[in-house]
Amino acid sequence: MFRLLKKALLTGIKTEELAEPEQNIEQIGAKLEKIIRHRFSGSLAIRFVDAGSCNACELEANATSNSYYDIERFGIHYTPSPRFADMLLVSGPVTRNMETALKMTYEAMPKPKLVVALGDCATNCGVFGRDNYAISGAISDIIPVDVVIHGCPPSPTDIIAGIHSAIK
Amino acid sequence: MTAVVNTWFAEKLRDREIYSLYLKDHHPIHMPCLQLQQSDWNKAAELARQLNMRFSALWAAEGSRRDEQTFYVYMLFAHIDHRHILLRTPLWAENPSLISIGEHYIAAVRMERHIQDLFGIEITELADKRTWVKHSHWPENAFPLRKDFESNTWIEHQKGREYNFLKAEGEGVYELAVGPVHAGIIEPGHFRFLAVGEQLLNMEIQLGYTHKGIEKRLEGMTAEEAIRVASRTSGDMTVAYGWAFSRAAEAAADIIIPERASSFRAILCERERLANHIGDIGSICNDAGFAFMHVHMQRLREEMARLHKTVFGHRLMMDLIVPGGINFDLNSTQCDMLRQQTQQVAVEVDKLRAIYEEHPGIQERVIGSGVVTKEQAESIGMTGYAGRASGVYSDERVEEAYHPYDNLDVQVPLAKQGSVATRVWVRFEEIKEATRLIDTLLQDLPSGAVKTDWITPEIGVSGLASIESWRGEIICWIRFTNDGRIDRCTLHDPSEVNWLGLELAVRNVPIPDFPLNNKSFNCSYSGNDR
Repeated sequence: MFRLLKKALLTGIKTEELAEPEQNIEQIGAKLEKIIRHRFSGSLAIRFVDAGSCNACELEANATSNSYYDIERFGIHYTPSPRFADMLLVSGPVTRNMETALKMTYEAMPKPKLVVALGDCATNCGVFGRDNYAISGAISDIIPVDVVIHGCPPSPTDIIAGIHSAIK
Repeated sequence: MTAVVNTWFAEKLRDREIYSLYLKDHHPIHMPCLQLQQSDWNKAAELARQLNMRFSALWAAEGSRRDEQTFYVYMLFAHIDHRHILLRTPLWAENPSLISIGEHYIAAVRMERHIQDLFGIEITELADKRTWVKHSHWPENAFPLRKDFESNTWIEHQKGREYNFLKAEGEGVYELAVGPVHAGIIEPGHFRFLAVGEQLLNMEIQLGYTHKGIEKRLEGMTAEEAIRVASRTSGDMTVAYGWAFSRAAEAAADIIIPERASSFRAILCERERLANHIGDIGSICNDAGFAFMHVHMQRLREEMARLHKTVFGHRLMMDLIVPGGINFDLNSTQCDMLRQQTQQVAVEVDKLRAIYEEHPGIQERVIGSGVVTKEQAESIGMTGYAGRASGVYSDERVEEAYHPYDNLDVQVPLAKQGSVATRVWVRFEEIKEATRLIDTLLQDLPSGAVKTDWITPEIGVSGLASIESWRGEIICWIRFTNDGRIDRCTLHDPSEVNWLGLELAVRNVPIPDFPLNNKSFNCSYSGNDR
């Protein structure tokens, strides 16, 4: 127990101010009304869906929770159910086999159903390409998208900034 | 590596009066490709089993000449002393069909279902007749990996057939369906549990959700274009996939890359091993409610990613390996940064390990949970840390000993209990070993070029490579057309076999221990589905 406490004390606080994003964020949906923005200002629940990604975007999305970025300090947390979710964060090109699951997750969400497309594949199918029998398309071909975060994969800073831009 | 043709298996076959044809247009020659008659297919698999060979992969391809009208099915085995032996058999293009080898190698069944789905090759006496990658909405007569199927064909969703999961009947038995969308930030797949009370009876997995048509996508690309796709087969193993693809392409083209490039590839690969082992140990502890370890391990992982960004320009080290070598070079200051941080991380992991090992809360959860016995692991051919935890010590860095590992004397941790605790132990040991390897490699870095010119391989020549990623053995096989474009390429993830290990491990564990077990295997979905 003492060793555990010692380690915690010696490590100290690692959380940093969020760095400037690398301008990889694109707002494509309509801006939210002020009143809704206000309601989200303290808390935002995100449902993450991998619609066919290679797992690199998942590594970086997971990294947003580590001590350096600590996404929860902004009132943002990942939720296991779409029923509680204000926002859907989706990675990967949408595969034919994930299309139905993605639509069902989207439909299960309460309004305003914010959607953020995470990474190049989510944006434009990336290296896997649109002309591919196994791929249904980018996220915006399947469900309405509000914000797009470019990158292969995007950095944790860009992911957090992209999420912010959907509600600010 | 030996430069003579490996005739060992051909001789063994001849002893059984099975005649095989050695194919000259396959490289490298110490991993020979032998052509068999269709009627000898099952007998050859039986012989491989008798010789204690490990099943590695199974795939199909059409002939390299368009007028050939033939399908070929390949199966790959590895022997601890005699290395990889690739066997193939030709099938008629009209109603191609082949007998299953599932009675000898159960791990082959899903790969047979894979080629049955995508090539329309009928596998007879198949233990499991359900489709695998082609989910219920796919029309039965669309075979995307055939040459006459255009890659951009739009396949309409059909009315779904039922996927019949294993059922159990009896008082109190219930079914629990999880996925494809999982609770955390993880890849999609479907788990079907059969349970009584808290106790699991069986877990069956249905994959294919992340099937991205990667193998079809690669066709028609040059090696330089294709490596960007191939190294995203599974993003957390991007270095290892890049290496496997390049090595197979280089084997086909008969290129030897500069020593400095090999050393750097190994440094990248070991750093990837280090980062993923560290991150996963944290996540395993998190799944058992030990958040302290999680926080510290993720912190270390982040520090590694940041240095990768500084030194290589990419947090996950993507797109650094190219056919013919690597596309970066480091100066001595950058090498020192890498060395120093690797040492520092190892020291911290050591301290954290002591805390983990003496923490009764976490130990009570991991010890003895989810056991895979040595017999089971050998039977399915588990690889990587999961295999090593169960007493299967195959490691391509030792057995295949590709450069630069031939000079490094890699120490493989030898464990046998096969539980979650053992898998964590193996990973802690591998962190130690990876640290030593990175240090040695950076200390004795050869000077010189980091890339040789890429030469287009001859038409019809195929290349094979096996690379030990942090998850286990990756297989890549590749063949080119006359203008240097890919005719057919297949990539095999260690998870294709190791998923079976997870299914065996969680029989009789309580449901709340499933996440813990799942994370201790951490199989890839994307790599499996391709």
